[in-house]
Amino acid sequence: MTATQELTMVKGNEALGEAAIRAGCRYFFGYPITPQSELPAYMARRMPEVGGTYLQAESELAAINMVLGASAAGVRVMTSSSSPGFSLKQEGISYMVGSQLPAVIVNVMRGGPGLGNIQPSQGDYFQMVKGGGQGDYRLIALAPATVQELVDLTGLAFDLADKYRNPVGILGDGLLGQTMEPVAFPAMRPRPDYRDDGLTGAKGRAKRIFTSLHLDAEALEQLNHKLQAKFKLMEEEVRWEEVHCDDAELVLVAYGTTARICRAAVEAARKLGLRAGLLRPITVWPFPSEPLARLAEGGVSRFLAVEMSAGQMVEDVRLAVLGRGEVHFYGRYGGMVPTPREVLGQIQQLLGGASK
Amino acid sequence: MKQIIGVPESLSKVSSHYCPGCSHGVVHRLIAEVLDELGVRESTVGVASVGCSVLAYNYFETDFVQAPHGRAPAVATGVKRANPDLTVFTYQGDGDMAAIGTAEIIHAAARGEKFTAIMYNNTIYGMTGGQMSPTTLMGAVTATTPNGRGPEAGMPYRMAELLAQAPGAVYVARTHVADLGNIVKTKRAIKKAFELQLKGLGFTMVEVLGNCPTNWGISPEESNQYVRDELVPAFPLGELKDVTKEVAGVHA
Repeated sequence: MTATQELTMVKGNEALGEAAIRAGCRYFFGYPITPQSELPAYMARRMPEVGGTYLQAESELAAINMVLGASAAGVRVMTSSSSPGFSLKQEGISYMVGSQLPAVIVNVMRGGPGLGNIQPSQGDYFQMVKGGGQGDYRLIALAPATVQELVDLTGLAFDLADKYRNPVGILGDGLLGQTMEPVAFPAMRPRPDYRDDGLTGAKGRAKRIFTSLHLDAEALEQLNHKLQAKFKLMEEEVRWEEVHCDDAELVLVAYGTTARICRAAVEAARKLGLRAGLLRPITVWPFPSEPLARLAEGGVSRFLAVEMSAGQMVEDVRLAVLGRGEVHFYGRYGGMVPTPREVLGQIQQLLGGASK
Repeated sequence: MKQIIGVPESLSKVSSHYCPGCSHGVVHRLIAEVLDELGVRESTVGVASVGCSVLAYNYFETDFVQAPHGRAPAVATGVKRANPDLTVFTYQGDGDMAAIGTAEIIHAAARGEKFTAIMYNNTIYGMTGGQMSPTTLMGAVTATTPNGRGPEAGMPYRMAELLAQAPGAVYVARTHVADLGNIVKTKRAIKKAFELQLKGLGFTMVEVLGNCPTNWGISPEESNQYVRDELVPAFPLGELKDVTKEVAGVHA
């Protein structure tokens, strides 16, 4: 990272906005929803300063389709929302995957289902990771745990979107969005040119079409073959972090805010002599199944998935472990955030350490 | 020798999927002629909608993007905002614009987005097999109003009038293509809409009343008669808004 080493105290949502601009994003289409509202507000103020465009859409449906249009025109573009609004974007996301259009889509998750509340949650894992819209598709989904990582992964998100001509998701939660932390921003990248596949008018070349419609079944199967091959390539982008996993008897699996809580719990467990570790997916899709499988084969007999949900990521942990170890789950939801003490209690239950 | 007839450069030399007698092809040709005459084919991006005209991108020699159902105005907003040098138009039916896409079109007009929306209003869903649309006339029999549209199914409303009141709309017209004279008038309206877009004045829209012989279950000639006799009284023709004329009026 070519960082300007100066540290600034920034709120997660605003840090994300600045990181997007520094990655060359000049188009933002959004709709107000808590707890991500600071991000569009930041973009509304900042975009004009850098010659960019901020537009408040009439709905999340409109916002994602403005993103679709801007991406078709060949620019770096982004939208953000929180859970209920993210649901409304699913149709557009599916169309963008089918039309092979890149963009960055942020979901600062809040409690659900329905209107739920505005507290932090991880209840949209299925929607982001398994595909919330129609058809067979995948999104690379990045799950930062700190504001600094949010900044770093935002730049990466734009690069991966362009590389694979596919939307990339950033999966945060209300806590991360609202947290203020010192961050180092990367240097400002120059505003990128229009993508070479963008719709710039059929001047001196054949016309270009972005569509996801293929009425002929064979043609649509061919497109799906192509997409599946691309998703296979995208699996190489898997990223994760391991903490104290080398000698661990129990490995916690958690992402985002929950991973920070689990890290504190694991450190506390170590002080008690309990051999707990943490595997933190940084990409929730592709999911770090191989490192989990390696740990299971290497003798880790117990895993504990911790989520701010009723158990979504835990399904991927089970698929990775494939019966080679016990998979346990601890979740808080509805906007409740687990405390390190609670998680430590779970570790102690599983490793037999006395509660202190 | 001067060429007086031919295929516009902006129109693809392919046969279309449209039914015999359908007027979509007429409207496509008028748009293509206008793009040729304004010299903007190479800087145009069309936005296709969902419905019979979903394949419009196969029939124009311009770049195209296909939008989700009803969202063409939002997609067009994104395209135009990303590259204001482009000439952008949507091509939508009454189901796409007046039902599922009502929010997107109204807000595009309200914001004065600088693209041209073409609405082909034939008062029915064609692609899905002839269901009632928001503009279906009272009493009309469709697949989903087997006994004729009654008040329990709502009443038709006028999209062009609705959009004309938006401050960001600078040109809104309603025409029909059921006879030669009105085909010429339709082209004039479409050309005016694109001209005002190119001047950067704001949102422009032309609602074209057209037929659907297949789903109305009548011959092409009878369907054009239906447009003239039934649709025109329900959806009055004319330029509902033209800010260039209003300005001229002030100075007159």
